[in-house]
Amino acid sequence: MRRTVFPHKLLPWLLLAPQLAITLIFFYWPAAQAFRQSVLREDPFGLSSTFVGLANFRKVLNDPAYLNALQVTVIFSVLVAFFAMAIALFLAVQVEKIIRGKGFYRTLMIWPYAVAPAIAGMLWLFMFNPSFGTLAWPLRQMGINWNPLLDGDQAMALVVAAATWKQISYNFLFFVAGLQAIPKSLLEAAAIDGATKRRAFWTIVFPLLTPTTFFLLVVNTVYALFDTFGIIHAVTSGGPGKATETLVYKVYNDGFVNLIMGDSAAQSVILMVIVIALTAFQFRFIEKRVHYG
Amino acid sequence: MKTVKLVVAGLVALPVAAQAQTEISWWHAMTGANSEVVEKMAADFNASQSDYVVKPVFKGTYPETLNAGIAAFRAGQAPDIIQVFDVGTGVMMGAQGAIKPVAEVLTEAGYTFDKSAYLPGIVGYYSSPSGEMLSFPYNSSSPILYYNKDIFEKAGLDVDNPPKTWAEVWAAARQIKSSGAATCGYTSTWLTWIHTENFAAWNNVSWASNENGLAGTPELAVDGPLFVKHFQEMADLAKEGVFVYGGRTSEAKQNFTSGECGILTESSGGLGDIVKAGINYGIGQLPYDDTAEGAPQNTVPGGASLWVMGGKSDEVYKGVGAFFNYLSQTEVQQFLHEQSGYLPVTMAAYEATKASGFYETNPAREVPITQMMGKEPTENSKGVRAPNLPQIRDILNEEFEKMLAGQQTAQEALTAAATRGNAAIREATGG
Repeated sequence: MRRTVFPHKLLPWLLLAPQLAITLIFFYWPAAQAFRQSVLREDPFGLSSTFVGLANFRKVLNDPAYLNALQVTVIFSVLVAFFAMAIALFLAVQVEKIIRGKGFYRTLMIWPYAVAPAIAGMLWLFMFNPSFGTLAWPLRQMGINWNPLLDGDQAMALVVAAATWKQISYNFLFFVAGLQAIPKSLLEAAAIDGATKRRAFWTIVFPLLTPTTFFLLVVNTVYALFDTFGIIHAVTSGGPGKATETLVYKVYNDGFVNLIMGDSAAQSVILMVIVIALTAFQFRFIEKRVHYG
Repeated sequence: MKTVKLVVAGLVALPVAAQAQTEISWWHAMTGANSEVVEKMAADFNASQSDYVVKPVFKGTYPETLNAGIAAFRAGQAPDIIQVFDVGTGVMMGAQGAIKPVAEVLTEAGYTFDKSAYLPGIVGYYSSPSGEMLSFPYNSSSPILYYNKDIFEKAGLDVDNPPKTWAEVWAAARQIKSSGAATCGYTSTWLTWIHTENFAAWNNVSWASNENGLAGTPELAVDGPLFVKHFQEMADLAKEGVFVYGGRTSEAKQNFTSGECGILTESSGGLGDIVKAGINYGIGQLPYDDTAEGAPQNTVPGGASLWVMGGKSDEVYKGVGAFFNYLSQTEVQQFLHEQSGYLPVTMAAYEATKASGFYETNPAREVPITQMMGKEPTENSKGVRAPNLPQIRDILNEEFEKMLAGQQTAQEALTAAATRGNAAIREATGG
């Protein structure tokens, strides 16, 4: 194969320039600012600032509230990723079985993905707020002491449900595509050998879906970690107590509500390290496994 | 050659003519009816003279407006006037160099600034420890008690006499629940503002050392015996289901307007929504603790004030001075008070509203003023201030939520809140 060579040295750079500019302005520049802030101690207005080295990081990592946020984040992310994927896979498999109106069901399933996180949060809040929630009342009538304003576990359940509901569509789309790529001949061969539907699913379909599943696992974890801020902000604001305060929410709260810029910047640098590690992991792992099947 | 010069002169002169009016930007956080009041104030001022144009810009909620102002200041793009809520007062006061005291703006603009013309409770709150007025009190409110007359009637309570003390509130709330008149007896918005900051002032107990932080760095005293007693009573009521928690800010208003709860403590500024809900409501003054000596003392103002940012031109400051002078006029204040439910900030406006007979037809509208002005403030009742009050409120709310969920007693909650709060204050002051 012949390599395409541009006659000009300038043209490729010119073509790349818009994307490079966007990356520089919206990623590298803020990231550099975060690094700078994370080693400074500043008043909210930036009138005085002192270099404190790694003191902000030391403080953040020794803060019990930060460890609590870390724990909340892990629980939240695992629950959201697991339920969002399990429910989406179940729905994708069920939709495959439908003979008529497949497209109609698929379209309906994809709808929630178009809803902005903050709005998804508000929807769930309107359904389950103990004072004005339309579904909170029947819950109480059933004898459930429903009060996510004070019960941390219920609050967690509520944000997990809202975050999961929003992500199911995305996962559904990928699972449907993954299922369609599985050769029908394999399933027919299994049927001829007398395998039950259930057995065929676990021994043929599920293993062949692993690249999709793995990709979704990483995407969902990143989603639960970073994209759920709007939902948490709208539904619980991190409360009650600190029961639903995730790492991202704490960055916001410390920086923009409590105006402790140094701590907040240090936390966002730690988050940046986490997301870089996760992405690197994703690329190495997926590139190794992407060619089978 | 001559014509060229003339044309050049004309070109230079044109923009000058267009800039003859100095623009003054005003960032605010008012929504709904209150934002219409803001627009009208600015429009009326602009029509009243031709040198300055005040441009109000809506910047979101109170915290969002404050953050936008701070971010803009850091980028060298600060507005001329910014509305900052009570809780952000300490943050602004800590920013010397970023702001210009209002008293200075007014005197430099050639107005005689007479502090005694303003309501003492309000002016005290927005002044520096040395007594200089730092920001212009625009909208001030005070917490009061609302009760549902229909629920009171059903529960067999006195419809014309709302409970005056907390003990009476608890008794009435229990009666509402046990009689089946409503599922919830009592609820409250803003637990930190009403049940710690105002509770301290109204019952004349210390919220924090150094005059609640007005005279220096505060050391929280919210774990004092009266607070512990009060919050344990609330925790017990929550356990019985008589007190229902609505949330950290004004969510509990919903529990009242929906008819779920019979009694509510809320800001006087929340009146509009309660009127709109169309329930048969009554108003009483904020309850006090009858075991506290000298109670009721006076309540402290909430709401927001207008801050002038530093580093602007003399022309802008002159305009801001003229605008604030306009806002202090009696008719303007009277309009603001009657339209928005916020308190008038000058004595003259209060007297004029009184003389107009407004309070005779709307007696409840005077309650927040009389309870704030009833007595000369003590060192416990001039207001509270901390460099990081938003954070302190968060800490208190977190501990209250754990207490109301039954995970800890009032003593444990308040001790933890004081310890954590004091650590946060030390951190914020760099100690």
